[in-house]
Order: sequence, then C-alpha cells, then structure tokens
Amino acid sequence: MSTKAWDVARIRRDFPILSTQVHGKPLVYLDNGATSQKPQAVIDAVSHYYESGNANVHRGVYALSESATAAYEGTRAKVARFLNAKEDREIIYVRGTTEAINLVASSFGRLKVKAGDEILVSAMEHHSNIVPWQMLAEQTGAALNVIPMNERGELKLDEYQKLLTPKAKVVAVAHISNSLGTINPIKEMVKLAHATGVPVLVDGAQGAPHVTVDVQDIDCDFYTVSGHKMFGPTGVGVLYGKAAHLEAMPPYQGGGDMIRSVTFARTTYAPVPAKFEAGTPDIGGVVGLGAAVDYLGTLDRAAAATHEQGLLEYATKRLATVPGLRIVGTATHKASVISFVLDGIHAHDVGTIVDQAGVAIRTGHHCTQPVMEFFDVPATARASFAFYNTRDEVDVLVEALQGVRKVFG
Amino acid sequence: MADLSELYQQTIVEHNRSPRNFKKLDHPTHHAEGNNPLCGDQISLQLTVDGGVIKEAGFQGSGCAISRASASLMTSAVIGKNREDAERLFRAFHDMVTGGDAAPADPTTLGKLAAFAGVKQFPARVKCANLAWHTLHAALQADQTPISTE
Repeated sequence: MSTKAWDVARIRRDFPILSTQVHGKPLVYLDNGATSQKPQAVIDAVSHYYESGNANVHRGVYALSESATAAYEGTRAKVARFLNAKEDREIIYVRGTTEAINLVASSFGRLKVKAGDEILVSAMEHHSNIVPWQMLAEQTGAALNVIPMNERGELKLDEYQKLLTPKAKVVAVAHISNSLGTINPIKEMVKLAHATGVPVLVDGAQGAPHVTVDVQDIDCDFYTVSGHKMFGPTGVGVLYGKAAHLEAMPPYQGGGDMIRSVTFARTTYAPVPAKFEAGTPDIGGVVGLGAAVDYLGTLDRAAAATHEQGLLEYATKRLATVPGLRIVGTATHKASVISFVLDGIHAHDVGTIVDQAGVAIRTGHHCTQPVMEFFDVPATARASFAFYNTRDEVDVLVEALQGVRKVFG
Repeated sequence: MADLSELYQQTIVEHNRSPRNFKKLDHPTHHAEGNNPLCGDQISLQLTVDGGVIKEAGFQGSGCAISRASASLMTSAVIGKNREDAERLFRAFHDMVTGGDAAPADPTTLGKLAAFAGVKQFPARVKCANLAWHTLHAALQADQTPISTE
C-alpha cells in the first residue's frame, strides 16, 4: 500500500536487503529502531571510497589524501545543513550517539558539574543516556534526578519544571523514545531549561531517522545522531554542539589530529572540531554517512513521515485484534515504534516464533530497563517501522503473532 | 513451522505453563542468582543440600518459556542426586544444547531433559536453556556472585 505522494515500492528497490529471504520467507524487517537498512547509494559510496578514494585525511599533500579530506569535510557541511547547524564546525564526528553522549558527559560535564549539583535525565532514556551521566554523578558527587512520565509514556512537564532548580546543571533527554515511541516536546523542554540557564542535550538517535531536525529551531545545546539508524553505516555518528560550548570544553581524547603543537612540556589543542577528533577517524563511514544524507535529501521527507504515521495508525489498529496483546507506550505524539506484550507469553518466545515467518522484531528490554520496570514488564516485543515498510508487512506480523498462541497450545 | 515444534516440544510448553518447584525454600543451604541481560531472564535458585545430596530445589523469577521450562525440568532432575551427578548432568545438558563434542543426547542420562535437544538449532536461545543450569552450578560451587550468561 502506498499513498500517491509516497511510492513505497520504488523506495524499497533502493534497499537491496529488502528483497532477500529469511527461513524461505520474504524478509519483513521491523527492527529499524535497532538499525536501519542501507540504500544502494550508501553501499556504493562506501565501496567506491575503498576502491578508489582511500587515503588518510588531514595529512597528505598528495591528490588522494586531498580528495579524501574533501569528502570527509564535505560530509561535515552536508550534515550541518541536514541538522541546520549554524556552522560546519559545530558537527563533531563520533562513533555514534553513545560516544557523543559520553563525550559531552565527560568533557562538558566535568567543566560544568560539581559536587551538590543536579543532572536531569528522563524516565524513558536509553541506557546510553543514563549511564554516562551516572558515571559523571559518581565522579563529581552530583545527584542524578529523573524527569517522571505518566502511564502513557509521556514526560510530566510540571514535574520537570520543579526539577529545574538552581542546582540543575544539565538536562539530557531523548527526542524520541526507542522503546515507547514517544516524541518528546523537546523544543518546549529546551525553552524551560534555558529560562533557568540550564543547557540541554537531546539524544537524537531515534529522532533524525523519523523527523526533520532543526537544531537552531530546537535551540538545544547538543544533539546526537547515530549514522546507522538513519540509513548510513555503523561506526559513525555525529555530535552537534553549539560552537561556544565546544570552544570552552576540554578535549575528550588525546592523540593525533587534535593538536596544534606538542612538546613534552606542553600541548596546545587544535580548534573545534579537530579538538574532538583524535586519531584516524572512520573516513569510509563518514563518506557513507554523507551518501545517506544525500539520499535522504532526494526524498520527500514530509511524505515519508506521513507514510510512517499511516503505518503507525494501521499497525496500532491491527495489533489490537491480536488476543491478549497490549501496547506499551500510548503517547499522543508517537513515532512509528510500537512496543507490546502478549499476555502470558515472554517477548523472547514471540521474537523466535515470528522470525520463522521472516519477521525481524526486537525483543527484550531495549536498553531501557527502567522503562520496563515502570511498566512492570520483564521485556517487550517491538516493531519499529521505517519509510520503506508497508501495510502488507504489518499484516505478515499480525498473522505471525496469531500463530504464537498456537505454539503454546 | 517444523523447526518451531522442535524448539517448543510438548514437555517444554507444559513445564512453562505449570512449572515444578516454582517456590521459595524455607531453609536453603545454597542459593544463586542468574540473569540473561539480553532478554531479561532472571532466576533465583535455592537448594537444600544434606550429606552431599540435593534434597530440595526451588526457583523463582521471570523469563521466556525456554528458561522457565528449563528451570522446572532442571530442579525436577537434580532433586535426589548428589552434587557430582548433578554436575555431570549439567555437562551433558550443556553439550546437548550447544551441540558440543559429546555424543548425541543420551536419553538414559538426560531423560525428559532431551526435550531441549532442539534448542541447538536456535543459537540465540541456547543461553535461555542454559541459564538454570549455570545458576545451579554457581549455587553448588557456593559462588554467590550473580551469574550471567552474557
């Protein structure tokens, strides 16, 4: 099924893996929250880079190194436009969202957070947006406070405002929850935090793949992106940070490429962004990320978002017909992510059984154990849709779920 | 669906539905906690060992059908056995589900536990089947650190 504006059959042809089979059945890939599939353009860009463009960056005076550097820095400019950053140097390459958050917690955190201060994270954060802050809290003697959520999986903004005390030094919140699908009101949350002078990091791992991101409009201080969740390669991601913060922050890792001059007595650091990019980066990954941004640029992203919302509505309705199925996370504003439990059947068994029908879904705690605890479930099954998924695939999932009961008699 | 019925044998489905020894013991002499962080399987195992023989075994916790049925069948199998025999059974079970170098599942040694032979076709589920047994091993070793199959 496709809308007039969104030719999903044509889009699917861009992703070679979508025409493969699993257990003799067509692959129904519904684990986009874990990682997205890659269009041919990204696969080609990476292989072409290694076939004919490979050299280290920022080092050689020869043509190949210059072209690798141009591709590497060119992608920085593309990503800056993709996120609507004010300046290219506000884009720092990292391995992914996890490293981006660790960079900020480690560098910005140690600059700003002292004993007795408070760090705010939300109740629905991924472990990668909890643990680095917990480590910072332990190192500094600061407290980690949690912005609570309601039974639908929506943050309680009135409670949030109460937590924005003079002791609060940083807020870290997901743009979109990976396990509940909730789209958080981050623009409003940033505004509230800034009113009391508190900077905000937005974990955009699930944001960038689903919605158009404008960091200047959101006005967040940091925004993090994983390339592999937005149709690029694994191993590369981006930290966006406001230039003034990045300039004030100490380096995260020391090494080559991040220095201006080194003596045994003293090292002076390179300017932003190089200050945060020690060592040879994942150049091939960056090239692939650039191709992913280019690919997304060829799409009508508003139509893609409409298609995804259509899938969300359709799947929510169809899943409700499965006996004993309960959806976990029913926020008013949701991305195309649906967590659910089947009464009396563990998510892991559900995952194994639907896999036999070719359906790939995530099962487990989704690296959000506090969310599982909140909803009092050991684990959930999660179907997360991308713009290349179809209503037919939702039907295959629903049919496979009907079969789960049969296995258990 | 032939493969699935290999995994979800009738014995496993039945023990998942009505697990044996799903209880807390009054005076355990040994205990261990096991967890499988991948899917959140979690088991708390208690034993009463007297004169080197496992007199009682009880487990609690939450997990998938495979891990729950495995804990049920494991506790049923080891009650009345001495420690050495229980450890031997652990190794035989482990070899069966990992498709290790041991001979094919020997029904006389494994009895009902042979129901788990199909697990080896589902590598992602091997640790679910093994969790109860690793926890038993830890409890018998009196190693009180929580064990993990990750």
